[in-house]
Amino acid sequence: MVVPMEIQFRHDVAKVLEDAKAQKKPVLLDFSAAPM
Amino acid sequence: MWPDERVAHFVAENFIPARVHVKDDSALFQKYGEKYAAQWTPTVLELDAEGVERHRTEGFLPADDFLAQLMLGLARIYFQEQKWEDAQKTFRKVYEELPNTEAAPEALYWVGVARYKETGDATALKETARAFSTRYTDSSWAKKASVWT
Repeated sequence: MVVPMEIQFRHDVAKVLEDAKAQKKPVLLDFSAAPM
Repeated sequence: MWPDERVAHFVAENFIPARVHVKDDSALFQKYGEKYAAQWTPTVLELDAEGVERHRTEGFLPADDFLAQLMLGLARIYFQEQKWEDAQKTFRKVYEELPNTEAAPEALYWVGVARYKETGDATALKETARAFSTRYTDSSWAKKASVWT
């Protein structure tokens, strides 16, 4: 059985923004109301 | 949108993904919703490495259209960083791989602009205008490019 790849969303947004700067990598920020 | 394998791969390869949930992360939602003026869900922002918004997708989209928007956003980040080759390559992927999406004519327009920015040669704009004479002729992007003929 193939297990679909899941996106590993982080919730520590402040740290994500810090990491993005350090890694020079873009951020995808999802504002969601979907069931978690 | 999210369960699509292509979307998951594209996000994993190109972004640090973060989610703010309206209920489960309500304090964060208030803070970052205000910072980025996100007043509806789903709202998906593509931020550059400095945290500046470069592209926004509001509301649900089918997987192809959503993936095309994500590609468009990444291309705009490259464009902003003046990484012209990466920008052109990513804009091209939108209309080559997902030609029937709303993002496709926009990508065709911007690949021409990126080529022009890279080379300073207005031929890039003329060729883009010519391309719009056979593709996406009814799009607003065709109208915008018509001035380049």
